[in-house]
Amino acid sequence: MVNQEVNLGGLRLSNPVMSASGTFGFGEEFQDYLNFERIGGIVVKGTTLLPRQGNPYPRMAETPSGMLNAVGLQNKGVDYFVQHIYPRIKQYPTALLVNVSGSTVEDYAETARRIQDLEHIPGIELNISCPNVKEGGMAFGTSAAGAEAVVKAVRKVYHKHLMVKLSPNVTDITEIARAAEAAGADSVSLINTLLGMSIDAEKRKPHLSTITGGLSGPCVKPIALRMVWQTSKAVRIPIVGLGGISSATDAVEFLLAGASAVQVGTMNFIEPGIIETIADGLVAYCERHKVARISDLTGALEVVGSSPLSCETK
Amino acid sequence: MHHKNSHVVDCRLDQIKYLSERYVLMLFTLPFRILGMLPGQFAQVRIDGAENTFLRRPISICFVPSPTEIWLLVQVVGEGTKKLASLQAGSIVNMVLPLGKSFSIPMDRRRPLLVGGGVGVAPMLFLGKQLMDTGLYDKSSIHFLLGARSKSDLVLLEEFEKYGTVHCTTEDGSYGTKGYVTQHPILQNQSFDQVYTCGPKPMMQAVARYAAEKEIDCEVSLENLMACGIGACLCCVEDTTEGHLCTCTEGPVFNTKRLKW
Ligand SMILES: Cc1cc2nc3c(=O)[nH]c(=O)nc-3n(C[C@H](O)[C@H](O)[C@H](O)COP(=O)(O)OP(=O)(O)OC[C@H]3O[C@@H](n4cnc5c(N)ncnc54)[C@H](O)[C@@H]3O)c2cc1C
Ligand SMILES: Cc1cc2nc3c(=O)[nH]c(=O)nc-3n(C[C@H](O)[C@H](O)[C@H](O)COP(=O)(O)O)c2cc1C
Ligand code: FES
Repeated sequence: MVNQEVNLGGLRLSNPVMSASGTFGFGEEFQDYLNFERIGGIVVKGTTLLPRQGNPYPRMAETPSGMLNAVGLQNKGVDYFVQHIYPRIKQYPTALLVNVSGSTVEDYAETARRIQDLEHIPGIELNISCPNVKEGGMAFGTSAAGAEAVVKAVRKVYHKHLMVKLSPNVTDITEIARAAEAAGADSVSLINTLLGMSIDAEKRKPHLSTITGGLSGPCVKPIALRMVWQTSKAVRIPIVGLGGISSATDAVEFLLAGASAVQVGTMNFIEPGIIETIADGLVAYCERHKVARISDLTGALEVVGSSPLSCETK
Repeated sequence: MHHKNSHVVDCRLDQIKYLSERYVLMLFTLPFRILGMLPGQFAQVRIDGAENTFLRRPISICFVPSPTEIWLLVQVVGEGTKKLASLQAGSIVNMVLPLGKSFSIPMDRRRPLLVGGGVGVAPMLFLGKQLMDTGLYDKSSIHFLLGARSKSDLVLLEEFEKYGTVHCTTEDGSYGTKGYVTQHPILQNQSFDQVYTCGPKPMMQAVARYAAEKEIDCEVSLENLMACGIGACLCCVEDTTEGHLCTCTEGPVFNTKRLKW
């Protein structure tokens, strides 16, 4: 029997495979496709203080092995979540995290405060990295000072598990990770989408209404893996790795690179039952390799000799 | 036990019929009985073995001959649909189905007009059958109005004739009335009180205008770009009177009253 439980700095998950925010709705959308007991955790849709309409259509462009999105945090606001959605999902047999976004430090803190008392929400994931919000989001995620300010403010009012989601659209992600850690984050998750662009050559027009958008899917995996590995050398708090995971092997790679848990995002769109498949595949991997606990894989990468190429882990 | 509305299934392609240069009809067997599939609903079809297709492709359920069979009508427009059209009988195709909201089937007898343009004729066949199955109609009281570029693109006419009276338009005049569906004389000669339409957006908008002028209830099936097809990504939204709604879960069929057209 493989022990699948992981402990993310106090947040216990029945297995390390979670859903990524914005790709799994509120979970409800997936009830037909998998056994929720096999989901390590669900990070629900990005939630903001006030309702948001999101960006105009078109919001999506397919790319080789991935997609660009420009949803722009469409959601009905935190109060709607608390009143209408939470009661429907609170009994799910898995850890439920709310992904919190905002345009100002005060927005983040107030949104977190309103989620604080929900009994079945053991933590939040602070999205300081969404590239689709003009007024802010990204600004917090792309400077250490910005990250520190917002994490500190939320830490003051939010006393459960505080996961901070990092943007890959930075020169050195470890700097931001360290700032989040210093400001009191319990864990960091990475990566959010990479800023990208797609053009319709025939029409000489961008595919997205916003011109640029966030790239996700298998095409981003090598970048995500590298960033998880770098970050694991830079912080002590647990890391949740994501970006392009489409198989149990991918998940193992993130664990070996230093992640304690993983999230699956875009691939839910193609295989709505994939989280269960990956969770089962992790167990099979451990059995095959005689690993007693999945958590033993975290950081178990064997590196011989040479140091990595131009990697500023400081 | 949770009751499943939709399923991820491996379907066997039993037959592929090349209806024209750009249209194929694909006849599939499902691995088990799926009850309750409705006209206007769609399948998210996985494209295996194509180089650049990553997402599934939404394709309307064209016809359901039995609870273990479905037909898909596919128009080749790009790499994904080309790959589908190249499959041989016996191939396995993975689908998530059925998805989305269907056309409404009024339980009182109406005078329905079903307008399909291009590949948008697909769901109209199943809709005609479903209307007929209510027992409220005979063939003469269901009217199909089908439009295409030219004669070779008017497909499945003999199937449509089983469930109603068929009227056609072609842009080049090679069959039926020359012009667009909205130029067909039946729109002026006959009175309808329920319009359903699926096809290119400008066509549906023209049909919706006709319906609005005549104060007829009108349902349209939107073809917004989709990623997930199950309400998770929020990519497929239409700007409606109620704000951004997902066309994959709130639609693809919408009453035009809810749209901003
Ligand atoms: C609810 C729904 C039902 C549909 N039913 C059918 C059907 O029954 N039969 C059928 O053949 N097609 C149907 N479509 C359209 C079909 O999904 C697209 O044609 C298909 O995804 C194109 O894939 P591709 O890889 O061949 O082309 P791509 O390479 O993806 O695109 C080629 C070209 O087709 C256009 N295109 C792509 N997706 C769409 C779309 N969703 N709507 C309009 N144009 C598009 C692109 O703009 C591009 O110019 C439906 C779409 C929706 C949303
Ligand atoms: C359609 C879509 C919507 C997303 N919405 C959010 C969001 O609201 N908040 C967030 O933190 N990340 C959001 N993300 C980012 C994902 O959670 C994830 O970080 C990213 O897609 C990389 O993982 P993947 O390659 O497995 O998808 C979204 C991604 C997609 C594709
Ligand atoms: S296609 Fe994903 S929500 Fe409609």
